[in-house]
Amino acid sequence: MDDLLCEFLTETSENLSLLDIQLVKLERNPNDPELLDNIFRLVHTIKGTCGFLGLPRLEAVAHAGENVLGKFRDGELDVTPQAVTLILSSLDTIKRIISTLEATEEEPAGDDATLIAALNAMASGDAADASAEEDVDPAAGDAAAIDDPATDDAAPIAELEAAPEPADADAMPDFDTVDAPPVAEADSEPVDLREPESLGQPLATTAPPPALAGAGDPVEQTEPKESAVANQSIRVSVDLLENLMTMVSELVLTRNQLLQILRSQKDSDFDAPLQRLNHVTSELQEGVMKTRMQPIGNAWAKLPRLIRDLSHELGKKIDLQMVGAETELDRQVLELIKDPLTHMVRNSADHGIEPIDERSAAGKPETGRIRLNAYHEGGHINIEISDDGRGLAIDKINAKAIASGVATEAELAGMSDQQIQQFIFKAGFSTAAQVTSVSGRGVGLDVVRTNVERIGGTIELKSTEGRGSTFIIKIPLTLAIVSALVVESSGERFAIPQISVVELVKAGGQSEHAVELVNGAPVLRLRSRLLPLVSLRSLLKLNATDKAPGGATADDASELAAESTEAFIVVAQVGTYSFGIIVDRVFDTEEIVVKPVAPILRHIEMFSGNTILGDGSVIMILDPNGIASATGEISLADKAESEDQQRRQADTKDRVALLLFRAAGESPKAVPLALVARLEDIELDKVEAANGQYVVQYRGALMPLVPFDPTFDLASTIAGTGEDGTARKPVLVFADGDRSMGLIVDEIVDIVEQHMTVELSGDSDGVLGSAIIAGKATEVVDAGHFLTKAYPDWFGARREAHGEEVAHRILLVDDSPFFLNMLTPLLDVAGYRVTAVENAGEAIALRDAGEQFDIIVSDIEMPGMDGFEFAQAVKDGDRWSQTPIVALSSHTTPRDLDRGRQVGFTDYVAKFDREALLTTLSQTLTDARGAA
Amino acid sequence: MNALVPATDKSPARLADEGRDGQTVDYVTMTVADQLFGIPVLQVQDILGPQRITKIPLAPSEVAGSLNLRGRIVTAVDVRLRLGLPPRAADTRAMSIVVDHGGELYSLMVDSVGEVLSVDAKDFDSNPATLDPVWREVSSGIYRLKGDLLLVLEVANLITFAARDAA
Repeated sequence: MDDLLCEFLTETSENLSLLDIQLVKLERNPNDPELLDNIFRLVHTIKGTCGFLGLPRLEAVAHAGENVLGKFRDGELDVTPQAVTLILSSLDTIKRIISTLEATEEEPAGDDATLIAALNAMASGDAADASAEEDVDPAAGDAAAIDDPATDDAAPIAELEAAPEPADADAMPDFDTVDAPPVAEADSEPVDLREPESLGQPLATTAPPPALAGAGDPVEQTEPKESAVANQSIRVSVDLLENLMTMVSELVLTRNQLLQILRSQKDSDFDAPLQRLNHVTSELQEGVMKTRMQPIGNAWAKLPRLIRDLSHELGKKIDLQMVGAETELDRQVLELIKDPLTHMVRNSADHGIEPIDERSAAGKPETGRIRLNAYHEGGHINIEISDDGRGLAIDKINAKAIASGVATEAELAGMSDQQIQQFIFKAGFSTAAQVTSVSGRGVGLDVVRTNVERIGGTIELKSTEGRGSTFIIKIPLTLAIVSALVVESSGERFAIPQISVVELVKAGGQSEHAVELVNGAPVLRLRSRLLPLVSLRSLLKLNATDKAPGGATADDASELAAESTEAFIVVAQVGTYSFGIIVDRVFDTEEIVVKPVAPILRHIEMFSGNTILGDGSVIMILDPNGIASATGEISLADKAESEDQQRRQADTKDRVALLLFRAAGESPKAVPLALVARLEDIELDKVEAANGQYVVQYRGALMPLVPFDPTFDLASTIAGTGEDGTARKPVLVFADGDRSMGLIVDEIVDIVEQHMTVELSGDSDGVLGSAIIAGKATEVVDAGHFLTKAYPDWFGARREAHGEEVAHRILLVDDSPFFLNMLTPLLDVAGYRVTAVENAGEAIALRDAGEQFDIIVSDIEMPGMDGFEFAQAVKDGDRWSQTPIVALSSHTTPRDLDRGRQVGFTDYVAKFDREALLTTLSQTLTDARGAA
Repeated sequence: MNALVPATDKSPARLADEGRDGQTVDYVTMTVADQLFGIPVLQVQDILGPQRITKIPLAPSEVAGSLNLRGRIVTAVDVRLRLGLPPRAADTRAMSIVVDHGGELYSLMVDSVGEVLSVDAKDFDSNPATLDPVWREVSSGIYRLKGDLLLVLEVANLITFAARDAA
């Protein structure tokens, strides 16, 4: 049997038994809106599923039933015993159809006109009529229907793989002894065959079994049987699994202890049995683990077909993309997320994606795209459902909100689009112009939200009218299994999620990597990059004898720098920010089940959970996000937050990692570290002169070298270095795509990260200005100047690409003159027309003056109106609401990303990531053009 | 409750009977710095001897750490520190009483665990006004026993210090 059908049967049987109970409750309790909502949803789900499985008869009955329930829900119809009886009888009909379906994989022919008429009469409020219909035999249509298939195909029972079991027989039916009467004959003796139970194996033939005859018999005698398919798999409560898991963990621990004991004894009699116990336990553990985890793809299996059928039904072309189907999810979570996902995809297809003609009128490709993307992120599983359809129409939502009384016009006026969009999650809220059989009744999104929130998740929506909507479901990782690296610091062990670990480096002692201190802040040179380090010991105050804050802690970083000890550095990455965590020892990686920490410890940001290791010890799981945000603020940690809010913003805003070097004179020069791809030491005798330029063979290609000092002379420098002949010069390598160039300097001095105020001079070539860095006046170098020296057309290729089109206008908002001066030429040579302003106020003034831009690039931390407020203001206003905004910030945490997305930033780029900025700009512009 | 071993000669059945008639209430007793405390017996899940405890850095000082109780993670709270008393001497080994609060298990570390006492409801008194505010916060009242006073510990209040610290 089709997997899909099989699942449908299991699910529907479950829902039906639930419905029976709930309806009876409802009868007693007619005014319970929650109960009514529940019932309505269940019927809706059945109907929806029937619809796409191509079961018109079931769908018709469910649809009629749903209509009546809808009236109940809207208060247009009273819940009377007659009405409930009618609904129940429609459920009975559904059950009967389902049992036939189970046996034959086909709906019985015929229709349920009488029942549907009664339901419709009820729905239209024709109470008298409805009560008159009360005694309608709901089976009438059905019973008539059953005869048809029976005559269709007179396949003898013997052909069936599994014969129906006579109701009174306990034993397995003996196929050999079953007479093979044609179906017609079976019809004549229905009693024996009334209760068919397929024995754990789906029927593999399409021939209607004689059971049909039984099922088709007057219903008063035949209770709709329990679904046999539903019996094939059993549902076990998660509690039970949880218990099982706990016990297996115990078993594992005991086994470990036994093995430990055994190791100390040679040639024990226990050897063999213990070995066996060992294997069995491992397998058991694995099995129990497996029972709980499933790839999310399982929940998606139905979707391609759903989309296929929907696109036929709705006359749309829809392409469904599924990414990350292998993302593992706890079974319980998966179960709860399945229906919501189906709902949302259906919604996207029905409401989101426009009909073909509308799409082509809007300049979009005919084929709409629905994209599902699942991935792990920061202790959560994210599921994105995005479509490139019409998006949410704010005015429609407004109208509906006012009509249904959830908000007044005045309230709406004060809300952002984002807030207004949230209304679609309210029960009974549908903006679909018409109720289709697919969706539009206003169930759906509230179900989605209820289900998601039940498992502690959140659902986010961002939508741009005309361009599509994206729903992001974020589910906590609470039960998911992750692999984690176990590390030790000060004798305590911690787990770091493997997903954020980039590499491990051994440092200090005799190893080649040395930890250095910059004003007490530890850093590591790693492949010509400088990695900020944080010591787990000092971060977690592990050595403090009392836990009083500020207690003296031994700093292993300084010990490391003094090369007195050896340690490991776990290089972790959060977003675009890499940093190293100093630990004493590194153990293995282990698969762990993340458990949330106790409520009284949730305020500690460093931990994302805790877990029990194989040896039975409890261990805390470090949260790289928390550590990252802690490292960024370590220097400010002891200052009162309120007092220094302003200062800190100013500080972080311009904090930038700079590479200090000396060249052409004693005064130190600085270049933003992010612009430098690598640092190299180049032997000068390998440098050749070609075409009036210095070049060196570098990584299999020629790399031009530009001396910083224009008076630099290769020959004399080599001559001046004495006799060993291995004159070397440090070179800063700048790379762009497949090109790179080297800037020859005299000495690399240091790398600092600090607050910087640039005083501009701009009168000398290649220097942007000067700043006080590390206490000295330092010239800030304009890398772009040297790039064009090496390749006069360095930016030319890019310009050409834009040459054919009108240059895009960019509005650049940043309060720092330094960045404006850095970025403006960069964007300019990349072929954009740049307007730069120093604060959000000026930008808004430009808007009000009627200026138009293709894209806005804005800083986040700015005095006065910050980037978030600015984006909000832009999105709220009319004139620029369609203009994409890219955020630019020096430190990017996932929290910032989220907030950025919420207020309407199209993308987020780390400051100084030139490559990313340019890519993002062209990407965003392409997207915007595509959508326009 | 498999590890709950009442130190009295009363059978569990009899304890339950006494609870039902409303006259007496059963408390698991414990001592902290020579003071007798009690927790209603039905709130107690387990009684543990000294355990291997994983310290939790940055946690409030009252939190001694967490431990593994048959596959569940239990947060250990040192009642001494919670009550503002000096930490127990390094050579004494703490006993623990495991309680369930809101689905989470907490292990309360005390100096020793005594017997299960049935106390008469009429012997109940409210906390004296002169009692230390921290003690008043975690205790819901006092039973006057013959020759001793039994402070009733309010588990919910005993473990809500984190919120207080964070505020």
